[in-house]
Amino acid sequence: MSTVVDTTKDAKQSPDKAQPWKELGLKLEEYENIKEILGRRPTSAELAMYSVMWSEHCSYKSSKIYLRQFGEKVTPEMTKNLIVGMGENAGVVDIGEGWAVTFKVESHNHPSYIEPFQGAATGVGGIVRDILTMGARPIAVMDQLRFGAVAHPDTARVVHGVVSGISFYGNCLGLPNIGGETVFDKVYQGNPLVNALSVGALRHEDLKLAKATNPGDLVILFGARTGADGIGGVSVLASETFDADGPSRRPAVQVGDPFAEKVLIECCLELYAAQVVAGIQDLGGAGLSCATSELASNGQAGMRVQLKNVLLRDESLTPEEILMSESQERMMAIVPKESLKAFTAIVEKHEVEYSVLGEVIKEPRLYINWGDEEIVNVPPRSVAHDGPVYERPVLYPTWLDQLNRDSVINNNLRRATEASELSEQLVQIVSSPNQASKSWITDQYDHYVGGNTALAMPDDSGMVRVSEETGLGVAIATDANGRYCQLDPYQGAKLALAEAYRNVASSGAVPAAVTNCLNFGSPENPEVMWQFKQATAGLADGCLELGIPVTGGNVSFYNQTGDVAIHPTPVVGVLGVIDDVARRVPSGWQDQGNNIYLLGITRDELDGSVWSEVIHDHLGGKPPIVDLKGEKALAELLHGASLQGLVASAHDLSEGGLAQAVVESSLRFGMGARFWLNEILERDNVDLTAALFSESTGRVIVSVGREDDVKFFGLCEARGIPVLRIGVTDASEKLEIQDVATWNLIDLKQAHSSTIPELFG
Amino acid sequence: MKIGVVTFPGTLDDRDAQRAVRLAGAEAVSLWHADTNLHNVDAVVLPGGFSFGDYLRCGAIAAQAPVMESIIDAANGGLPVLGICNGFQVLVESHLLPGGLIRNEHQHFICRDQKLIVENVDTAWTNGFKLGQEITIPLKNGEGGYIADTETLNRLEGEGLITFRYSEVNPNGSVNNIGGLKNKKGNVVGLMPHPEHAVEPGFGPDTAVAMRSGVDGLTFFTSVINQLVNA
Repeated sequence: MSTVVDTTKDAKQSPDKAQPWKELGLKLEEYENIKEILGRRPTSAELAMYSVMWSEHCSYKSSKIYLRQFGEKVTPEMTKNLIVGMGENAGVVDIGEGWAVTFKVESHNHPSYIEPFQGAATGVGGIVRDILTMGARPIAVMDQLRFGAVAHPDTARVVHGVVSGISFYGNCLGLPNIGGETVFDKVYQGNPLVNALSVGALRHEDLKLAKATNPGDLVILFGARTGADGIGGVSVLASETFDADGPSRRPAVQVGDPFAEKVLIECCLELYAAQVVAGIQDLGGAGLSCATSELASNGQAGMRVQLKNVLLRDESLTPEEILMSESQERMMAIVPKESLKAFTAIVEKHEVEYSVLGEVIKEPRLYINWGDEEIVNVPPRSVAHDGPVYERPVLYPTWLDQLNRDSVINNNLRRATEASELSEQLVQIVSSPNQASKSWITDQYDHYVGGNTALAMPDDSGMVRVSEETGLGVAIATDANGRYCQLDPYQGAKLALAEAYRNVASSGAVPAAVTNCLNFGSPENPEVMWQFKQATAGLADGCLELGIPVTGGNVSFYNQTGDVAIHPTPVVGVLGVIDDVARRVPSGWQDQGNNIYLLGITRDELDGSVWSEVIHDHLGGKPPIVDLKGEKALAELLHGASLQGLVASAHDLSEGGLAQAVVESSLRFGMGARFWLNEILERDNVDLTAALFSESTGRVIVSVGREDDVKFFGLCEARGIPVLRIGVTDASEKLEIQDVATWNLIDLKQAHSSTIPELFG
Repeated sequence: MKIGVVTFPGTLDDRDAQRAVRLAGAEAVSLWHADTNLHNVDAVVLPGGFSFGDYLRCGAIAAQAPVMESIIDAANGGLPVLGICNGFQVLVESHLLPGGLIRNEHQHFICRDQKLIVENVDTAWTNGFKLGQEITIPLKNGEGGYIADTETLNRLEGEGLITFRYSEVNPNGSVNNIGGLKNKKGNVVGLMPHPEHAVEPGFGPDTAVAMRSGVDGLTFFTSVINQLVNA
């Protein structure tokens, strides 16, 4: 059987042939632009390549102008530890002692709605390959999940599929899952968010880049064979809004094989150690189209590729399909000819299949042949990097004025007047789906593998040891609050940054770098574009204030069902460095007789809070104030206290306020505590509802051994951090909040941990 | 003292097992699945993971690997062999231990700090424990439900081959709460939980004293070293 192919010769001879540019997701002006670049109509293979590479997902065409500020709003101090910044597969940060880490979070939202299990599984697989591509050994994963309302009949399908997909793929890779987020909100009903983060460690000298530089080097595709999965996934799935009654697009979701990926990881690490690859790129979105054009473009070189050399799972694939296939667990290496023998010895040892597709050429041109026929002849830069850039219309959403006026105070939302009602509200909050323990989910993930996990859920951040010699390690926390962002995307992004930063600091690490996954609605909606503009500005300004750089990230647009966009959900991940993980601080108290201190000031900030959601089903007003200078001072205090071993535990206050934090800290090790709130009420001039449930930022509760009291107090005073002693731990197995209630920990644990299994177990 | 740790394609906890061996005071030797040479090791650990992707049946393909031919021969000759999780599944598939391991009763993968009662201290890998001692080590598996026919179960119980029983919680529906077994000689031990994840303070299970400070798993490795030294 011979396939009829559309060659460059045909393209010249039939300039007016009708082409399905629209079906492939291109706009007319983009199609015209391609014709101009090539001086002729594209071949169908070229059209396939441009369409996937110029899709929103690959080209960042709507977000590029805003993402630039992450590189611009920086100081030399911020970037001095950056070995690789934005634009590569993942940013690389120097953490000292010759070690570097690379980390990134990426979305796999749309595939995870269509096929939750495979969508989530391949989301993990994709981000891990990004980390591997930098020359690093992946050392941990985390995931950030947003699902629809718990009561909706479709939510269980998505939850079960996503959680088992992550469990299946991540566990099988041997990467500890050290934390993440799970949020339920009806705004994600038809568009769940499945973001996956991975972190890897490498020695400085092992850094690898996705570059094809030296003419004559071989272009080798290795790993899994290429099949029909994920064809058009990028352009069709990630860049188009779901239509309520649209056609099923199941075949467009990729299928993952974590075993193949695990073998590929070990194989790549051995290839790196043997120094036989000059450049490497993983195959993810846009498959071969992306890998060939990016490698060549990054190296300012070109490539000649014989597409018939690609090993196939399905011999009937057309050249266009091969170029677009998103089959998982594949890598492309650039290998000097003299290293071929060593290369093949290693891949054969791991029983990994490979084929030499072609070689690097000096001329910056990408030639792809199908047998004797030339089917692609393009400047690689035009495909990979010089895609369209849009300055989309931006419009302030006037509905926001009304929403901001609709505050807790203006609505006069009822506050509890009796202790019994406050007590009920506390239990209602800590057992609500978003605030309840997520152990039903996280117990399905291996957090032990690797033997380097120093902290994992439910602690404030996940922490892994990097150096077994010295204990040097990294901590990561991620946060995003869509409700805050809906009320004020600029402030909301800063709040997410502040919370992740505070979480990392609470665990004893020094915040060092930021990654993000910006989940938004359609960029073609000017109001969504305004939200995006505000959120990116907030995040960039916040990072500048805190003095930590954004090292990379991902944008996911078109998260909406019909015309209704999700709440803007910029997931912010902060990575911190700790010189010895033995110093890590857990989020709960384990010793009796320790004093508990509240650091920071409580304001009456209940707009957008969990209290307003759970008790009043309300969203309106303005999110809490962020004081990043204060956050920085607080982080420095926590670091100082942890260096001196003064704090036995530290837990940040965020969603659910002080009430949520004291419950979690008590349940962490099952150690009781007694609290009094009167001094908070007096000093901060707030009522009991605000003291318990306000979500004012810049606050942490810490427990301190009595012998360290004086020192700790002195440290707070010297640094000007407001501090109040609000409680003491005891062996009562009870939590007492004076003037509110006393609960048995066992009852609170039941309330906190039974919600999710009852819903989904 | 040299203890071999086997790596199959898809093995995950090999580096952890090597660390455990080192912390216990022996030299860890990496053994490759495709190589029949055991490099003169004094004992072997078959670590956890998803060997060959757990395709066909957990441990079934690994049991056919070249390295297993040598290990089966050596085990029959008395070489101490410890199978952890997927390694336990490989031992069962190799018929070095009886029975089988099936999907957890609740259908989910589970990762938890598991309490076990040590029911037999007359083995190469448990002689450092006290009979009836309760230990806590991490458990993490999707297919850890132990099953066997009645006749085999009666024999296991009758001959005292059950080495570990789950305490407080049966995490996977194993019959008779069986968490691990030994062979008659006591040189081969297999269990689902992971002793190699409870060997180093700071990275093990929580204890009543301090978080992540549990090191009950270390005794597995010091036990075999003691036995070999005293042999």
